[in-house]
Amino acid sequence: MNFLKRFIRNRGAVIGLVILLAVMIFAVIGPTLFPQSPWRMVGRPFTAPFTMDRFPLGTDMLGRDIAAGLVHGARVSLLIGVISTIVALLIGVPLGAVAGYAGGFFDDVLMRFTEFFQTIPSFALAIVLVAVLQPSLASIVIAIGVVSWPPVARLVRGEVLSLRSREYVQAAVTIGQSTPRIIFSQVLPNTIAPIIVMGSLMVASAILLESSLSFLGLGDPNLMSWGYMVGAGRTRLLDAWWISFFPGIAIFLTVLALNLTGEGLNDALNPRLARGRK
Amino acid sequence: MHFVRFAGSRLVKGVIVLFAIAVLNFFLIRAAPGDPAMVLAGQAGEADAVLLAQLRERFGLDQPLLYQLWIYLKGYATLDLGFSYRQEQPVLTLILDRLPATLILTGAAFIISLVLGVLLGALAARRAGRWSDSLITTIALIFYATPLFWVALMSQIVFALKLGWLPNVGYETIGAGYTGLSRVGDVAQHLALPAITLGLFFTALYARMMRASMLEVAGADFVKTARAKGLPPSIITRRHIARNAILPVVTLAGLQAGQLVGGAVLTETVFAWPGIGRLMFDALIQRDYSVLLGVFFVSSAMVVAFNLITDIVYRVADPRIEVAA
Repeated sequence: MNFLKRFIRNRGAVIGLVILLAVMIFAVIGPTLFPQSPWRMVGRPFTAPFTMDRFPLGTDMLGRDIAAGLVHGARVSLLIGVISTIVALLIGVPLGAVAGYAGGFFDDVLMRFTEFFQTIPSFALAIVLVAVLQPSLASIVIAIGVVSWPPVARLVRGEVLSLRSREYVQAAVTIGQSTPRIIFSQVLPNTIAPIIVMGSLMVASAILLESSLSFLGLGDPNLMSWGYMVGAGRTRLLDAWWISFFPGIAIFLTVLALNLTGEGLNDALNPRLARGRK
Repeated sequence: MHFVRFAGSRLVKGVIVLFAIAVLNFFLIRAAPGDPAMVLAGQAGEADAVLLAQLRERFGLDQPLLYQLWIYLKGYATLDLGFSYRQEQPVLTLILDRLPATLILTGAAFIISLVLGVLLGALAARRAGRWSDSLITTIALIFYATPLFWVALMSQIVFALKLGWLPNVGYETIGAGYTGLSRVGDVAQHLALPAITLGLFFTALYARMMRASMLEVAGADFVKTARAKGLPPSIITRRHIARNAILPVVTLAGLQAGQLVGGAVLTETVFAWPGIGRLMFDALIQRDYSVLLGVFFVSSAMVVAFNLITDIVYRVADPRIEVAA
């Protein structure tokens, strides 16, 4: 209960959570609200927003409903954000745990490897990966996962390093538990709080990254996504600003909501740190 | 002697990173669907059979994989990044032509965001809890969540297309024939929107970091000492707190240089800025993989060089900092 109370006391976090829930609801009920494919040309092209009840946010240059695109895009953005974060965690957590627990030579090699991935300009690497593997849901998720795991590995390594010498870990060693079991049942559960916080912030940056990729034309060609919509409206900015405007707002709100929620989680899970930060 | 060894080890590390990227590029060509010769030719459909045969010969594509890798790495070692058959020019020439524009853009964005971020962050920390702090923190939060390309597009509508304050796209006024100072002014006008929109996200990031860092240092013992001996608060803030708080921010900013180069792809695409980011976008559209991978390599090299310089400058400026070599 304490956790909930601390979370609610952070006004920003509550606002963020509310926005996030709204986006999630839209993503879930989207297909019921707009059963037709968002790619279908349903109206006259370049219908301005707030002029027709049927198309509250207007239509784009091909007469596609922008509101329908936004709702369907919410699914895609959240899906890619969450899955690619899971991919990044699946790479980063084991790597960091092994590096931190084994120490010595392993630690050295793994950390050099991590550093290498941190040096490469991550967006450029993501572009190259998606372009080479051909744009698809899988290649986008892989690319985002591959460029986002290094901070996770560093975080987990640091946590494991500090936990490794605790008494309960030594006790586990003494009673003869195997190393994998110690890592999974003694050490990792105690690193979950910071991983959750980092994970929620990573979903936000994954959504930003996905939208940037699809803005450049590297989105999955079968999925309507917010970044694609912004990019598609680019050429008609002056006479049809709304085509690019609304999807951008959707990205902004979702990312903001995730950031706020993540910070709220951080404050609620690490009350000592939060007080120091004011 | 110590310093030379330090610089040397950093240099070796940088070279290893670049070597690894070249190896990565080699395997990426093989990961692309289709015949590697076709990928190198940058053609999706029908390619000239003679050209393909030449490429197979040149890159030893009928030889064992390790031998192919050797040839490829030898090319990179002699700064031969391949040939763009689409644009009929060596990749390196294409990139070098565009590099200055990108350096100007990212350099300007870096300076703007660092200066503005540090100032705003420091201001927010001094007024912690008051309305000016809330204002700065909120603005930082907003720009931290806004997609870069969207800010670029929207500022393009507002400031270039509607208000007409600044030029819409490009690097300079074409055909104006400005020289000397008036040309610098012209480029600066074109630079303003791309550099500011590219820098906004980073300004927000640095402002948040600077604020947190200032508040952390403000609790340190030496600050208490300074206060106890009766120094005026403004001097404590400036000399004791800000100076120490700025170090981690600058370190992070140095590490973030790579992100800036990546962001330049988006900004340059929106503003038709003739840099390597725009080159990358064009290569993407044309599926010109040699150029794509070349730009990837060169932008990584830029980051490696930048990190190297930061490390060395740091070492000279503040000998206390033992950067793990």
